Amino acid sequence: MNFKLIAKRLSFLVLVIWAASTIVFFIPRLSPRNALRERFAELARSGGFAPGDIEKLIANMNEQFGLDRPLLEQYWNYLGNVIRMDFGYSLNRYPATVTDIIGQALPWTVFLLLFTTILSFIIGNLLGAISAWPKSPRWLRGIATPFVLLTGVPPVIMGVLLMFFIGFRLKLLPLGGPYSIGIVPNWSWEFAFDVLRHQMLPALALVFGSVGGWVLSMRGMGVTIQGEDYVNFAEHKGLTGGRIFRDYYLRNTLLPQVTGLALALGTVVTSALVVEQLFGIPGLGQVLNNAIRSNDFPTIYGIVLFITIAIAVLMAVLEFIYPLLDPRVRNQ
Amino acid sequence: MTTIVATSAPEAAVQQPGKLTLLLRYFNRNRGLAVGLIILIALVLFTVIGLMTVNPKHAYPLSVATKQPPSLKYPFGTDFFGRNLTAAMVVGMWQTAVIGVIAGGLGTLIGVVLGFTSAYFGGWVDSTIRTVCQILTPIPVLLIQVVVAGSLDKRDVTIITMALIVVMLAWMGPTLVIRAQVLTMKERQFVAVAKLSGVGDMSIIFKEILPNLLPFIAAAFVGQVFSAVFASFYLAVLGLGPLREPLLGNIIWAAQLQGAFFNGWWWWPIAPSVAMILILGSLALINMGLDELANPRVRRTE
Amino acid sequence: MNLATTEAAAGRRQSAATGSPVLRVEDLVVTYYTDLGRARALDNVSFTLEAGTKMGMVGESGSGKSTLALAMMRMIKPPGRIEGGHVWVGGTDLQSLDEEGMRKARLSKIAYIPQGAMNSLNPVMKIGAQMVDAIKSHLPGESRKAIDERCMWALKSVDLDPSVFQMFPHELSGGMKQRVCIAIGILLRPEVIIADEPTSALDVVTQRQVMETIDKVQDDINAAVILIGHDMGLMAQTMDRVAVMYAGRLVEVATVREMFTNPKHPYSQALISSLPTLDNKGEFKGIPGLAPSLLRLPSGCAFHPRCPHASDRSRKEKPKVNMLPGGQLVACHLYDQES
Repeated sequence: MNFKLIAKRLSFLVLVIWAASTIVFFIPRLSPRNALRERFAELARSGGFAPGDIEKLIANMNEQFGLDRPLLEQYWNYLGNVIRMDFGYSLNRYPATVTDIIGQALPWTVFLLLFTTILSFIIGNLLGAISAWPKSPRWLRGIATPFVLLTGVPPVIMGVLLMFFIGFRLKLLPLGGPYSIGIVPNWSWEFAFDVLRHQMLPALALVFGSVGGWVLSMRGMGVTIQGEDYVNFAEHKGLTGGRIFRDYYLRNTLLPQVTGLALALGTVVTSALVVEQLFGIPGLGQVLNNAIRSNDFPTIYGIVLFITIAIAVLMAVLEFIYPLLDPRVRNQ
Repeated sequence: MTTIVATSAPEAAVQQPGKLTLLLRYFNRNRGLAVGLIILIALVLFTVIGLMTVNPKHAYPLSVATKQPPSLKYPFGTDFFGRNLTAAMVVGMWQTAVIGVIAGGLGTLIGVVLGFTSAYFGGWVDSTIRTVCQILTPIPVLLIQVVVAGSLDKRDVTIITMALIVVMLAWMGPTLVIRAQVLTMKERQFVAVAKLSGVGDMSIIFKEILPNLLPFIAAAFVGQVFSAVFASFYLAVLGLGPLREPLLGNIIWAAQLQGAFFNGWWWWPIAPSVAMILILGSLALINMGLDELANPRVRRTE
Repeated sequence: MNLATTEAAAGRRQSAATGSPVLRVEDLVVTYYTDLGRARALDNVSFTLEAGTKMGMVGESGSGKSTLALAMMRMIKPPGRIEGGHVWVGGTDLQSLDEEGMRKARLSKIAYIPQGAMNSLNPVMKIGAQMVDAIKSHLPGESRKAIDERCMWALKSVDLDPSVFQMFPHELSGGMKQRVCIAIGILLRPEVIIADEPTSALDVVTQRQVMETIDKVQDDINAAVILIGHDMGLMAQTMDRVAVMYAGRLVEVATVREMFTNPKHPYSQALISSLPTLDNKGEFKGIPGLAPSLLRLPSGCAFHPRCPHASDRSRKEKPKVNMLPGGQLVACHLYDQES
């Protein structure tokens, strides 16, 4: 165990979280808008409050959220809160805390993301590897290009198309919702299967949009590896094509791609948010969307921060796993 | 020992193919790049011709009859608010192009300058820039952009601010790529030779290194434009764009809000969707094609 | 250890008995089709080699030495194409085999030891695994025990400790990696071994070690060895015969002694005379002019623009390969039989 390395990685992680928190903290405060005031103005307009009441509520909120204290103190408190994963109360669903809301919505998003990321990683990388391999059959090599094209179709549009053609016209898969109406969530295979069916379309929408990225990067990697001396020598040794593809080519091209997984997650997350909204999946995306629409700032910031932290942590974890896979990187 | 005298004899010359032929041959091999460019040029032509023939005012609400399906008078139909969708498409594409080019150009410029400085001067400058880039990379860019866009006063959101928002966190990629390339070049012989010959620093930068960087800069630019267009579309679809403008994403957001599909106004979201697919698709193809150009080993030969 | 009952050994014994060469290259032609035109990388190259003989192949960069090696292994990739010729190894024409047949022939009949072994070993596989997979691809039925024995024998032949079997390439030095490549090259006891500049990337001491290893290995399995290089000194010390290539053509083949004391082709003469010797003090002589681009070969004899004996004939006519009484081959009009 190389402690210096671990320390370096951990400090990197901390820096990332700090940077994200700081950005999220300062940006809204740079604008002259006073979020709470606006929110309360809305409430006031919806009727039922005497003018004095609103001021009292605002003062109360300020105190709770600490908005009347000097900036630096706010910042400090804020950072402390972030570490404890306390993102405050949701404006929308007060007294539910942001953490509560995230907790409820998270499982759906995680499921969708895991499914999507793994699927597109496998498909994308395999296609990319095959498309760069000169001995692959022509038609197989050609499949890669359409997928790269598909990255140009934003997942949300793809979702609409899929929903329309497969869900509506062909009625193959359910149109939306996390599970069929009338079923009570439980830990049975039936339920799991039902959930899976409902996740198919949104997952596909996301997969189509992200496969292309993997294909391109894998193809670039594949081309480099293919030109490597050891792949050449493998052929000189008279190894069968399959063996060369698997042991000399694939293993070396796939390895660096693993480091890209965490980052890819970040990109998929953002698309997932809109897709969730489209298909009515009660994941983080839908919550974020509602928060945006109703200006529920604590929730917005909380979710953004949470996702950033999650990605940074995943990156760190992946970096720890990598040496297990690549013998060159193992330290004594 | 007799010295060997070189006799100059006429060499049999091989016919060199002309530049145009070489270019066409290349396009034949790199079909992705060719197709992408064709689509892009077609879109540009559409926009340019459109701008000259269509009345841009009709791209805004309350200009023409509402909810008209596509017809000869209104080739793309009209929407709920009375926009002539044809005009909207033209103006929208123009604005998308503006955002794409400004944000893309800015992002690339920052990337080139930073990446270059970082690699060329090395030392703590390099470490700082590199570390900052690495720290900012895992932050999900689009989410931050959502935060920014959401924090702004609705009236402040214009085309230009959209471009700036989009650029904010996008420059790290090009920076790292350019830096990597300059680093490899710095070590290569021709820079050392130039230095030894007494060529000044600035000269080296502009005459030796930059020309070799051009393919990468071009690829980075296209990538940046792609991200910029994608991001602006994303923000607009969420309703965070400059709502009055007929940005393609805005149109879709408005359509979704009014339940366009369910009300039978299918043409409303379809036009901007197709347009967006074409724009992003062509950019993706060009990106892929440039990727081949920058990395010669990807080129397929007969 | 009974590894002798292979086709290869039988063929070798046969050729040793009848005196026929184990390797015969006939009129090998390779062309590269580039955007800028067609380049003749190999132009009707022909030569033979007996078992147990070491032949050095020299020439400038771009003369075709490496292309020849690749062509013999049928590893020429687009935009290059083998367009004619035969490569007979112990009775089989490698050029006539199908893909699978050629795959089987590689390493078992003809082995290639690459230049710069630094990167020729798969970084994520153990050395042992890279030896075993070569054996498994050719002898699928071999028992685990037989495979291990073979690997141990190969490692021992190149003076490597058996513990290397379990190591990864990055744990070995440059010289060790080169020797691993040689070990892999001899695993199946091929009839012909091609070593492409095996020592160029190594220091002098390691060079000697590797050359001695190749010597020893060759003695052991009685293979015909072609050593590609440009270090004339090394050639003089270790080779039996020397072949000189220029602009894709084989211009001279002779024994080492003859090549260094009495070279026939003007190019070989220039090469030999440009070598510094202990008593030759003064200016070094290079060969004036540049090697021609393969895209724009001179008419007639490719060397004529730089040749002191250039004539009208050499300007117009490509020289044929002449076999001189002593057994040497020279491609030069000066030695044309009819005079």
